[in-house]
Amino acid sequence: VTLRSAWRRVESWHDELFVTKWRSALQREAGRQEEAFVAILYLSAFGIDDPSGFATLELTPELVDSFHRWHRQQGLDRFPATGVCC
Amino acid sequence: MPAIVVLVVVLGVFYLGWRYYSLYLAERVYVLDDGRRTPAHALTDGIDYVPTNKHVLFGHHFTSVAGAAPIVGPAIAVFWGWVPALVWVVLGTVFAAGVHDFGSIVVSVRNRAENIGTLTRTIINTRSRTLFLLIIFFLLTLVNAVFAVVIGNLFVANPGAVIPIVLEIPLAIAIGAYIHRTRTSALVPSLVGVAILYALILVGNAYPIELDGMAEAVGVGPRTLWIVLLFAYAFVASRIPVWILLQPRDYINSHQLFIALGVIFLGLLVGFDRIVAPAINTGLPEGTPNFFPFLFVTVACGAISGFHSLVASGTTSKQLDRESDARHVGYLGALGEGSLATGAILATTAGIAAVGMDWRETYPDFATAAGGAVGNFVAGIAGFASHLGVPEDLGRIFAAVVVISFAATTMDTGVRLQRYIIQEIGEMVGARPDGTDRAGAGGTFRRATRNLTAVTAMAVIVPLGLALAPGGGDAGFAFGRLWTLFGTTNQLTAGLALAVIAVYVTRRGRNPIAQLVPLVFLLTMTTWALILNLVDFVQEGDWLLAPLDLIILVLAGWLIVEAALALQRARKETAIEEDVPR
Repeated sequence: VTLRSAWRRVESWHDELFVTKWRSALQREAGRQEEAFVAILYLSAFGIDDPSGFATLELTPELVDSFHRWHRQQGLDRFPATGVCC
Repeated sequence: MPAIVVLVVVLGVFYLGWRYYSLYLAERVYVLDDGRRTPAHALTDGIDYVPTNKHVLFGHHFTSVAGAAPIVGPAIAVFWGWVPALVWVVLGTVFAAGVHDFGSIVVSVRNRAENIGTLTRTIINTRSRTLFLLIIFFLLTLVNAVFAVVIGNLFVANPGAVIPIVLEIPLAIAIGAYIHRTRTSALVPSLVGVAILYALILVGNAYPIELDGMAEAVGVGPRTLWIVLLFAYAFVASRIPVWILLQPRDYINSHQLFIALGVIFLGLLVGFDRIVAPAINTGLPEGTPNFFPFLFVTVACGAISGFHSLVASGTTSKQLDRESDARHVGYLGALGEGSLATGAILATTAGIAAVGMDWRETYPDFATAAGGAVGNFVAGIAGFASHLGVPEDLGRIFAAVVVISFAATTMDTGVRLQRYIIQEIGEMVGARPDGTDRAGAGGTFRRATRNLTAVTAMAVIVPLGLALAPGGGDAGFAFGRLWTLFGTTNQLTAGLALAVIAVYVTRRGRNPIAQLVPLVFLLTMTTWALILNLVDFVQEGDWLLAPLDLIILVLAGWLIVEAALALQRARKETAIEEDVPR
């Protein structure tokens, strides 16, 4: 065991013990922000007027996968409105 | 008696508890089965549900449950003598906390990692969910009040701690941003961060900050001013996303926890201090609360803490790799907290002698013991640190920084959680079944709880009022009384979790005696303490604490009834097999 590999092991042990919990919080926060963003982009799919729709319309095809994941997380296996996804 | 001998005996008993009692619980009571898929595997999402190595998960669990509370309670309780305090910590840890923490993880894991609040509803009944919310509301109110007083006292007594604590905020944010932006190992930045924090102790020692002048200008005491500033801080900090300040500071605290434990046990070993406190304090002055039942509510965390069930079922159960790991994580986590409480007892009965303090003068009466408990712990740690070559003044600031960091993080978390609880109570009283607001006060309250500023203000104002209650801002009797009330709510939370576990075990046709004995003991001591306190408050005309005590007493009575009914029902039911498919 070289000094370098021992140091790497200590680093890995430290990060697993102290950092992973916190990185999860960051991921959770990022996930929440993405969910909110996706939900806002697809407001019109829910029949709600979307004032930013004109500006964000071109983003929607890029985010169909995210939207699909989002509505499944919300408990809807298939999104009921036609022409959105599924 | 040499403190190291006591420590070795305590650790020996903890080992026996781990080796034999936790094995009995695992095999005969909880019947752990590694063939069963845990939620970490069944619901894995890479964020909350992540199968985690049991040693790492133990570290996460322990750093989440350990804080300032297992320090404060034992540091007060040694007033009755170090033996009663230690016996309760050891027996409570082995036979109550271990059962409670271990069982909370198991029951949650078998129910899709649901939290204890939801489990209360599904395992006992819907009414109990309301009971749970109310107990947690009072628990958080008292937590925020007592920790504000603790920090205020420490800032007044240790003005050298102000600079390190204030600068810990930007330091935590900077470390957080660095680790967030780089994907390299966090070890070196963490070591640098902790080194900077402790280097700031030298700066704080050279430039102590006292608020006497400012306090005099506004016509209040410096402790009162600190408490108001702390709640203003909590109001702002609790509205910032957790990953900006709370998480990075909690991260620094995790390192500090291990450093502090290292200083206690190494200092004890090197210094070979003797315990200078009486084994049983026979010279108690008139008016001292009886140690039966008050010892058992004064030491809540450190012997058994309901807060652990929130962590065990909230995050730990989502990361359990195998069912058998619950024993390692839950039972050992409780023993870790018991070790911290033992460290607090030894610091306040042996460590203080190393800095030349006389125990009898330090603990002359219960009021002084309660108000000065944390200061005595700080002095004791300085005593242990002095054996390791740390000058006493720096050792005191180091210990104050550790305790204040824990307490401030608890306040920040407490205000956040209180916000959610108030919002849930708002939903309960103000929502119609169709989701619209009810007419009248309920609906108005519900609308108010949806406003972030209004709900944060509600979460802050009630504990601020309690902390500033007459005497509450001073290191006086009110703190001891607030602390025992906090202990009662914590024990009630533990009682509720134990009732859930006992019903779960009974329904499976197994003997719930391991849960019932601590449950009955806790409820008896809690109710007894609440009644004695109530009589005192009424006789003294304390119309702030008397109604609070009465409400908590009603909750205790409600809990006793619900637990008894649920257990009776469970006994009559046919034993069922486990409810989570393989």
